[in-house]
Amino acid sequence: MDLPHHGYRATKQRGRTAAPTDSVLFDDTSSAAPAMNNQAYYTPGYNMGGTSNDMQGGPGANNLFTDPMANAAMMYGSSLANQGKDMVNKEISRFMSVNKLKYFFAVDTRYVLKKLMILMFPYTHQDWEVRYHRDTPLTPRQDVNAPDLYIPTMAFITYILLAGMALGIQKRFSPEVLGLCASTALVWIIIEVLVMLLSLYLLTVHSDLSTFDLIAYSGYKYVGMIFTVLCGLLFGSDGYFVALAWSSCALMFFIVRSLKMKILPSLSSDSMGMGSSAKPQLRLYITVATAVFQPIIIYWLTSHLVR
Amino acid sequence: MAFTLYSLIQAAILCVNAVAVLHEERFLSKIGWGVDQSVGGFGDEPGIKVQLMNLIRSVRTVMRVPLIAVNSVCIVLLLLFG
Repeated sequence: MDLPHHGYRATKQRGRTAAPTDSVLFDDTSSAAPAMNNQAYYTPGYNMGGTSNDMQGGPGANNLFTDPMANAAMMYGSSLANQGKDMVNKEISRFMSVNKLKYFFAVDTRYVLKKLMILMFPYTHQDWEVRYHRDTPLTPRQDVNAPDLYIPTMAFITYILLAGMALGIQKRFSPEVLGLCASTALVWIIIEVLVMLLSLYLLTVHSDLSTFDLIAYSGYKYVGMIFTVLCGLLFGSDGYFVALAWSSCALMFFIVRSLKMKILPSLSSDSMGMGSSAKPQLRLYITVATAVFQPIIIYWLTSHLVR
Repeated sequence: MAFTLYSLIQAAILCVNAVAVLHEERFLSKIGWGVDQSVGGFGDEPGIKVQLMNLIRSVRTVMRVPLIAVNSVCIVLLLLFG
């Protein structure tokens, strides 16, 4: 945001006057930058930059006002940028609500560390309930059981990089392979989320699992995958299988305990003695099937990396 | 098994085509999956079969016209690029 603005001004300046005004403007950038970073929007930052430049000294103020054309052009450019930004935001918010997405990225270090611990060793974690605060779920910062999208995203990217490294060790690397690995993993996530959504719809499970929740729970397996691949690279084939067994068990336990809270208890609210003996079994099957799918996909996506 | 995103799109198009091709009165009613057999049961749990029939009917209604466009694009791409 700052760069095109000041680059434009700098080129205009070099076109007409000598160097000292350039240095004044670049000093303005560094002193105005902290103030600009505190703002989240284009226009207030721009105005603040403008006013602090005015206060910096005579040359700066003169160069702003002695060229109304440049001034008008910059105003027009910034209003165009604002329009573009608003249009993009409107289009995106038609498909997914950005506020819901922000909820999933509201994490901090303590949460990430605790969650990684739980993913690798879930057997000592006692309380698996997602806590609510007046009907809205708590953000991941305040509740360690809440799903987030930060860990899956980072784990996915790390997995792709690790796959590239593993293929390079086996001297089978080329940049196309990296893209292929990334799209394969992405396709498997999409397939898994679609199958989960379809089965939840068909069984009329009225849970509060949104699409992003399912993406989050599908993405947690990448942490196990990274651990498995690392052990396979460090300790050879035996280490790979031991790590595969360990992370599969941990991940299956984690998924069953997490999804059990979300899928199964909604049964007790709307059974009303309807004799739905088939239903709890089917919901249990879904949960267990999701859990069993995880080790299969971990093995499928990592075995070719560790020969 | 290496997937590209394009193969996922192709698989999705094929599946949606398969659902759209199921004819209402020639086929679905014959096997008891027609829309007239899905009413009833105003209780809370519609059941898997009713949900599936509703899903098939809504996919056919919604995706009829977009599928024409998407299939044409796919055919042209296949003819041009193999």
